[in-house]
Amino acid sequence: MLAPAPSGAVIAQPLTLDGITHSYGAGLAVDNVTLEVKGGELVALLGPSGCGKTTLLRIVAGFIEQSNGKVIIGDRSIDTLPPNRREIGIVFQNYALFPHLTVAQNIAYGLAARGESREIQLERVREMLATVQMQAFAERKPRQLSGGQQQRVALARALAMRPRILLLDEPFAALDKNLRLDMQIEIKRLQRQFALTAIMVTHDQDEAMAIADRIAVMNSGRIEQLGTPVEVYDQPASLFVNSFIGSSNLLPATISGKVEGGYAVALANGAAWQVMSPARFAAGQSVIVSVRPEQMLLADEASPARFPVMLKLSLPIGGEMIHDVTAVDGASLKIAMPRRPGMVASTTASAFCGLGEHARPVLFPLSPS
Amino acid sequence: MAGAAAAGGIGDKVDWRLAAPLGLTYLAFFAAPFAILLGISFYADAEQTRLGLDSWTKFYGDAFYLKVILDTLKLGVFAVTATTLLAYPLALLFRAVGPRAQRVLIFIILMPLLTSVVIRTFAWIVILAREGVVNQTLLALGITAAPLNLLQTELGLVIALTQIEMPLMLLPLLTVMNQMDQNLVDASRALGASKWRTFFRVILPLTLPGWVAGATLVFASATTAFISQSVIGGARLVYLPALIWQQSMVVYNWPFAAVASLTLLFTVLAGIMALGWLGRFARTG
Repeated sequence: MLAPAPSGAVIAQPLTLDGITHSYGAGLAVDNVTLEVKGGELVALLGPSGCGKTTLLRIVAGFIEQSNGKVIIGDRSIDTLPPNRREIGIVFQNYALFPHLTVAQNIAYGLAARGESREIQLERVREMLATVQMQAFAERKPRQLSGGQQQRVALARALAMRPRILLLDEPFAALDKNLRLDMQIEIKRLQRQFALTAIMVTHDQDEAMAIADRIAVMNSGRIEQLGTPVEVYDQPASLFVNSFIGSSNLLPATISGKVEGGYAVALANGAAWQVMSPARFAAGQSVIVSVRPEQMLLADEASPARFPVMLKLSLPIGGEMIHDVTAVDGASLKIAMPRRPGMVASTTASAFCGLGEHARPVLFPLSPS
Repeated sequence: MAGAAAAGGIGDKVDWRLAAPLGLTYLAFFAAPFAILLGISFYADAEQTRLGLDSWTKFYGDAFYLKVILDTLKLGVFAVTATTLLAYPLALLFRAVGPRAQRVLIFIILMPLLTSVVIRTFAWIVILAREGVVNQTLLALGITAAPLNLLQTELGLVIALTQIEMPLMLLPLLTVMNQMDQNLVDASRALGASKWRTFFRVILPLTLPGWVAGATLVFASATTAFISQSVIGGARLVYLPALIWQQSMVVYNWPFAAVASLTLLFTVLAGIMALGWLGRFARTG
């Protein structure tokens, strides 16, 4: 049915999910998801557990048959193909290396299943081991490898098949924090080198931000927002996306008037801000203003755009100082400011909190969502 | 006996004093009788008056007795084969279903163990007899013209033993099967392997330790299943356990019975060692 991709083919194929719906019993796990992944693009499915991202990945892989909708690679629907004919490479969260086979046998497994000759298998194994810099470990068993090494083998095993699509299931979840950045760079490098269209499932926004070209934020079976990491972070489409991606301070406010490109808002704590927003709000409407901790500042002088806060705790976290403050209305806020060398903790008990210079707060309607 | 020997060997690395109560019991009730048995086998005559290798040479020089050994081995192999062929599909099914269905399956699998072997064996007589359920069904459906002889045949005995020994094969196999990571199966499929290839290259090697445990139990209990062998096999089929009983309780040739007993012990041990070798092969291979 599908012609095997010619060896060394560098034309990445687009992957299209067209109205995918899947239900387990009564519950809807995936609710009419449409997503176009361009050739050579890495899209992260980001969401909390149970949001349907893993189900979606398993549908693409062919392990689950969707109730409705189509999965299309290139211009062909692959829905009728069993998993072993889809030419999709998968790296599992726990790597799923065959424990009874050596590293070399693991990498050759798919080639042997496809009926490649012994010479081709040997050559490809050597090539893949070199690609992931694991030449010295060819005869080891998976349990003799560290987590990072196992992941390299899992990648080599998937890529040895010259897949058309690469699926990554929580690829960094089982790795030490220090190793994550290395592996993120490694995966990005391999994905570029092999010109692969890739989908990564993750619940970790940092991972998604780090290596994805675009992020699809999922919530209860739907894609809430699809955009580049910067778009999703700076212009979250919904309160859910806003809260899931990074941390933010949510401040209740009322629209007090319209200004060029946005609105004047009166915060419940007394401050008056001008917030840019493309959305439509009526004067007097109750809204929530969301501000990232790093876009806020603490100052000693009062001003109409600042509100008084009580400083509860200051934590020096690396290059940042995280302040935990309480506003007069009892709301708890986090403020991240660059830490000056030698600065340990603030000594003042009270200060005035306002927006930083390049702050871009976001407005959300206060509605029963 | 075979199970006891295997269990005795496991205690190697544990503080030996923990094994003292059981160890002493084995010494008194297994090792000592075993030594006596070995001694008796070297009497040349039934009255135990003369020492000599006559019992051994008579046993191993007679084609009839060699056939009994072979039949006993064959029975064990058949029982292991039949339970294996039936247990693997069931174990795969067990893996695939939800936890509630698993509990129901476990109950069904364990149910035979709640009835005594004697009762289960007699139930098989009712099923396999000339006027039994199987024959009546076959006759009614017109599949056979005359009732089949199932009782007192090897086939009938293997069928009954398969049902009786099934839990012994299934329980270790299900445990191992359930522990196997589903991602490994998925990974194999995604790498282009067919379902059969996945079974033989991934599932089978990874569940082999469970199978070896189950096969050992089935082999040991099928070859020594005195009750089932005698009741279903009858007088026409002679296996080592029946031969031992006959020689010791009917003929009163204890030296000869001792030789048969030791032969049965070695037969079972040989089977267990062969299976153990297979298991080691699976771990390194």
